Amino acid sequence: MGSRASTLLREEEIEEIKKETGFSHSQITRLYSRFTSLDKGENGTLREDQVNFRGFMRTLAHFRPVEDNEKNKNPPTTEPLNSRTNKLLFAFRLYDLDRDDKISRDELLQVLRMMVGVNISDEQLGSIADRTIQEADQNGDNCISFQEFMKVLEKVDVEQKMSIRFLH
Amino acid sequence: MENLWCVAAVVFQLWMFVVVFLITLPAMFGLSLGVTGVYIQILVKLLEWATVRIQRGQQEQPGVPVPLPTGIIERAEVSMEEEMWELRRSRPIPAKEFALSDVMYFYKKGLESIVDDQVTQRFSSEELASWNLLTRTNQNFQYISLRLTIIWGLGVFVRYCILFPLRITLAIIGLSWLVIGTTLVGFLPESRGKNWLSELVHLTCYRICARGLSATIHYHNKENRPQKGGICVANHTTPIDVVILANDGCYAMVGQIHGGLMGVLQRSMVRTCPHVWFERSEMKDRHAVTSRLRDHVAAKTKLPILIFPEGTCINNTSVMMFKKGSFEIGGTIYPVTIKYDPRFGDAFWNSSKYNMVSYLLRMMTSWAIVVNVWYLPPMTRQDDEDAAQFANRVKSAIAHQGGLLDLAWDGGLKRGKVKDSLKEEQQKMYSSIIVGQNGINPSETNNHATDDQSAFF
Repeated sequence: MGSRASTLLREEEIEEIKKETGFSHSQITRLYSRFTSLDKGENGTLREDQVNFRGFMRTLAHFRPVEDNEKNKNPPTTEPLNSRTNKLLFAFRLYDLDRDDKISRDELLQVLRMMVGVNISDEQLGSIADRTIQEADQNGDNCISFQEFMKVLEKVDVEQKMSIRFLH
Repeated sequence: MENLWCVAAVVFQLWMFVVVFLITLPAMFGLSLGVTGVYIQILVKLLEWATVRIQRGQQEQPGVPVPLPTGIIERAEVSMEEEMWELRRSRPIPAKEFALSDVMYFYKKGLESIVDDQVTQRFSSEELASWNLLTRTNQNFQYISLRLTIIWGLGVFVRYCILFPLRITLAIIGLSWLVIGTTLVGFLPESRGKNWLSELVHLTCYRICARGLSATIHYHNKENRPQKGGICVANHTTPIDVVILANDGCYAMVGQIHGGLMGVLQRSMVRTCPHVWFERSEMKDRHAVTSRLRDHVAAKTKLPILIFPEGTCINNTSVMMFKKGSFEIGGTIYPVTIKYDPRFGDAFWNSSKYNMVSYLLRMMTSWAIVVNVWYLPPMTRQDDEDAAQFANRVKSAIAHQGGLLDLAWDGGLKRGKVKDSLKEEQQKMYSSIIVGQNGINPSETNNHATDDQSAFF
């Protein structure tokens, strides 16, 4: 744990992750400890989906709170992973399972089914999905694109809702 | 050459003299020469000084990560309903409908749990607020000063070269005394004398073993000590719990029959007083276990049974779910809280990381083991509560006394997955929010996992 684990994570890697995600050095070492303690198979990945530590950190980076004055001595050339747009893109991809940049009715139904289990009938779930698509869809293709998704959520405080406060 | 042997022989004799007369004999009679007390006081002063130095060092070097005993993230305890309402506040549609933003709640909660949760941290050693100069607890502590490193080096020398051989000798003496003593006493016919002698043998052996770990035990409320025909229930951190408790009284142990050294000890112990050892296959049969224990308790002259209802070792920061099997037997329950002082050594046995032998070696190379044992007033099951509720009541009392966190989660999560029913509860709650049927009360989620348990303990 701790100092022993961070020797498995090289300093260059920590620097890279720091630049990519914006986490501090100590936060990265802590999260690496946590990652290794969850990684019971000790093969450097979590579960069947094979998330390695870089992927883990990238996902977590979306949930960093947005700070007003990012302590950026070098302003990033690309948008930071935890900007509002990127947070929304992350949420969009939770629905868009096949990564075709559109949320189809089927995808929406699948995600809905995961959230409600067996407690709602197919017909009811179907009508919920239809209504949601109807409200969001503006160009009439019966799918929700990322622009339409952003429009639906424009009033939601995404920065706060999709943020986890990491200590230190 | 001969001179060398002479010298070695003298040293050895001196060593054995010290061990036997200054440690073993007083231990057997429960006396103490006060050496351990002085040692502990010196250690406390040393650790306080080290803490101050480390804190000063951390202020000077801001890059060093600070230990966070409360967790990596800050979590707000908000219910699902409140969160959903918040997410919908800005939208013109009525509240009880699905919204695309709902998924954010689940994802955030899920990630929070992945990063830091209350249960998995109980299955690994407690993180210290400040380094206690043992290499093994050196998490995120970096080089602070030369003096500290020297003290640490001295500590290593003292622990490994002076204390460790001493402790090993004592442990060997203690265990062989147990085997020999119980074999001898086992030849006697059943009588009051035999019981008295057997208690003496057990007590002296455990006392020697306790010295073998440099254990300083403080017993509180001795008037509530478990009586014959009762059941003693305690929180479980390590197999050493048995030694700690048995230093102050004789118990009938319950557990599986092991092979190897443990098996030898188990078989010899059974010769003199009736412990309850089970075959592995019997353990699965709850009724067989319950009836054997019941018979034991019913014979009021038998020693109190010692049971650890958590079923597995937890890291002494919390108490996890008590399996209700022990509370169905009837009889009086004598709860006991055991709290180890983490500064002097990490007593938790992480069975997935260390086997028994390496665990014992680690114990013998720590500074010491300082324990507080509280005997709580006896409890019996009330008429209006079932075994599970009684178990929870006892658990709360134990947790409250020791300042431990009272968790309702099953210690079995150390090895197994969470039951699907818990996930289904969350799904049901969410469904009622978006569809508004069935008026399900979302606060009824705390009594899970006490119903079907596949193991007795």
